[in-house]
Amino acid sequence: MTPEQPKYKTSDEVDFVVVGSGAAGGIIAKELSENGFRVVVLEQGPYLTEADFTHNEVKILSEDLLTNHPKLQPNTFRKTPDEKAKQQRAVVYGRLVGGTSVHFTANFWRLHEIDFVERTKLGPISGTGFSDWPITYADLEPYYTKVEWEIGVSGLAGASPFDPPRSKPYPMPPLPTKASGVIFEQAARKLGWNPFPAPMAILSQPRPGRSACVNCGFCLAFGCEVGAKSSSLASAIRMAEKTGRCEIRPNSYVHRIALDANGRATGALYFDAQRNAHLQKAKAVVISANGAETPRLLLLSANKQFPNGLANSSGLVGKYLMLNSGAIAVGVFDQPLNDYKGFAVSRILHDFYELDPHKVGFYGGGGLDARFDQTPIGFATGGLPPGTPRWGKEFKSALAHNFTRTMEVMSHGTSLAVESNSFSLDPELKDAWGLPALRLTYKDHPDDLKLATWLNARALELLDAAGAQKKWSFPIEEQQFAVHLLGTCRMGNDAKTSVVNADHRTHDVKNLFLCDGSSLVTSGRGQPTMTIEALAFRAADRIRDLAKRGELNA
Amino acid sequence: MTIDHNRRDFLLRSCSSITAVWLSAHWPALLSAATHARAAAQSPAATKLEFLTPEQAKEIDAITARIIPTDETPGAREAGVVYFIDRALATFAIDDQKTYREGLPEIQARAHELFSELGKFSAASPEQQDQILHSFDEQATSDRRPYRPRAAAESFFDTLRLHTIVAFLLDPDAGGDPNGVGWKVIGREREHVFEPPFGYYDKNYPGWQPVSVSNKVKS
Repeated sequence: MTPEQPKYKTSDEVDFVVVGSGAAGGIIAKELSENGFRVVVLEQGPYLTEADFTHNEVKILSEDLLTNHPKLQPNTFRKTPDEKAKQQRAVVYGRLVGGTSVHFTANFWRLHEIDFVERTKLGPISGTGFSDWPITYADLEPYYTKVEWEIGVSGLAGASPFDPPRSKPYPMPPLPTKASGVIFEQAARKLGWNPFPAPMAILSQPRPGRSACVNCGFCLAFGCEVGAKSSSLASAIRMAEKTGRCEIRPNSYVHRIALDANGRATGALYFDAQRNAHLQKAKAVVISANGAETPRLLLLSANKQFPNGLANSSGLVGKYLMLNSGAIAVGVFDQPLNDYKGFAVSRILHDFYELDPHKVGFYGGGGLDARFDQTPIGFATGGLPPGTPRWGKEFKSALAHNFTRTMEVMSHGTSLAVESNSFSLDPELKDAWGLPALRLTYKDHPDDLKLATWLNARALELLDAAGAQKKWSFPIEEQQFAVHLLGTCRMGNDAKTSVVNADHRTHDVKNLFLCDGSSLVTSGRGQPTMTIEALAFRAADRIRDLAKRGELNA
Repeated sequence: MTIDHNRRDFLLRSCSSITAVWLSAHWPALLSAATHARAAAQSPAATKLEFLTPEQAKEIDAITARIIPTDETPGAREAGVVYFIDRALATFAIDDQKTYREGLPEIQARAHELFSELGKFSAASPEQQDQILHSFDEQATSDRRPYRPRAAAESFFDTLRLHTIVAFLLDPDAGGDPNGVGWKVIGREREHVFEPPFGYYDKNYPGWQPVSVSNKVKS
């Protein structure tokens, strides 16, 4: 049984307040409370559980049951800083206990060694903030392993010749191979490539209180009703609650970090469900609100001492946003795949992880996966081949033929860090609380689009080799909708060119830490959550050590 | 603690047992929309409408029957789409009432404009009906935009098209057509717990083997 959560008073100065309960916040709360600290997690969304989740596509996709709501928290978008941004939905993230890890697809790739040191290998790329990380793969490896074992990742060690070194195998075997996975594997091998079982944060074997995957197929955009998907909700949050020292406080929308006259964080100011204002006092603050909301909160926390936003002496808060590049090729086959069964992805390949810029003419690299992650209504409104009528007899027959016979080969790749790509505060638009709305500024680096085009050509080659009856791909266009939220408070040793140091401590405020997608220095090749979680385990270790040495009180 | 926690614990215990037990979620408004549609489909008597007048319902039924027509397999009509839409407009899709109120007369006017002898859409032949609807459908082919925010349907026809698809394909156990007609048509089995093999191509798959091993097997 889960012990009763503590109920801390807001006036009670707890050891840590953690802003956000997603992939990073959940793990940091777990680790710090397991180490004896008193922790309050402030989550802006509600506390839903497995019993609240549903396969109802209207509730989930149209009513934004699990995500930020465009009416409550509208966004604006522009391509470049000289444009005036216009209102449109520009970012989606999980807005509930567990964050985006509740509704994600659960692809769990580690970064490779090259991701941390690629700038040194290739040299600078003009017009970008392409940099090395202040840590290496070897620093993060033990924490990747921790994620796999503690949070629950299925996969097969040693199956990919491109895999980085690992200290332990996966704790459980890969999920079953879907028809799309078999087709992908056979075609890729024909082409001389190296497909392998996809590492997924979905249980292939039960764990206490959690079922193994039942192959219902409602992963992307949906919460898992059986706890098989290793969301923060199903894993870290429950472990944090077990300590009896961690309070998860939902419906708590943090809008400012409180500071004392010496520029130290003293807690977090938030609105509760009734929009009453509170200050939760704490000895130190960790913000894990995601790569959009973390920089927004720092910018919202500007005061006389920090006129450009908190922890923003570098001027880089919100900047160097990377969304990951990508493309989707689609194939329709003669016989039913029934790929709606299962989960999204069972095979991937990393043969193109590191492309030689001198050979291909651009920077970048990525991976391909075999997937089908569409649910019936989503498929009927966006999954049919171009040119298919939108209604009537032909529409119906295309739907009836294709739903069970379609698979996708999705490309995932690098994004270069461009300074003007950013999240900032919109100067005019406000959210339902009267706070400045998030403004997305984004224009893909030309190399990112070249990479997506190049990878997509491989995906189409693969579908050809697989004997697809029909194939096509979605147009590769500049992105204007943010899902992977990376790099906006980047990590580094130099306070002039980064926001946090290698301990995730802000250069400017000694008891303020940031850990989530915003910490990433490079984008990886897609699928960032595994790295966000490994960073969170590592950050929690560093924060624990600093706290135990009394360095957070100085 | 709260009832929610007890329900969660119950769910998790159930699901951790040898066979996974599926518990469907509770969405009162949608479930009642579905129950309503089922009652309508099964009962020969006229079903009580919540929002639409019987005359409006007849027109909506005729339009949805062109969006997903009945041919060798059942269509919108057999799935009770009009009853789902009616209940939706009285409950969770209340914001769309105005669109329907204003849009339906436009369709009737267009019907009359194109075929002067016609007083009502429902009185037209299927070919005429398609022609009338095509005159409202500017986009004609699929929009091919997954993984992006879909703009809310703007016109009455777009709204009705979307509602028809939703009513036809919503999970029958989570508020959709309880007879599961739409899922049968697209070949989506109604269950939510599956075991491999899932389809044709993975039926005889021997399991993953390293390249060297599988090459040896081949040679």
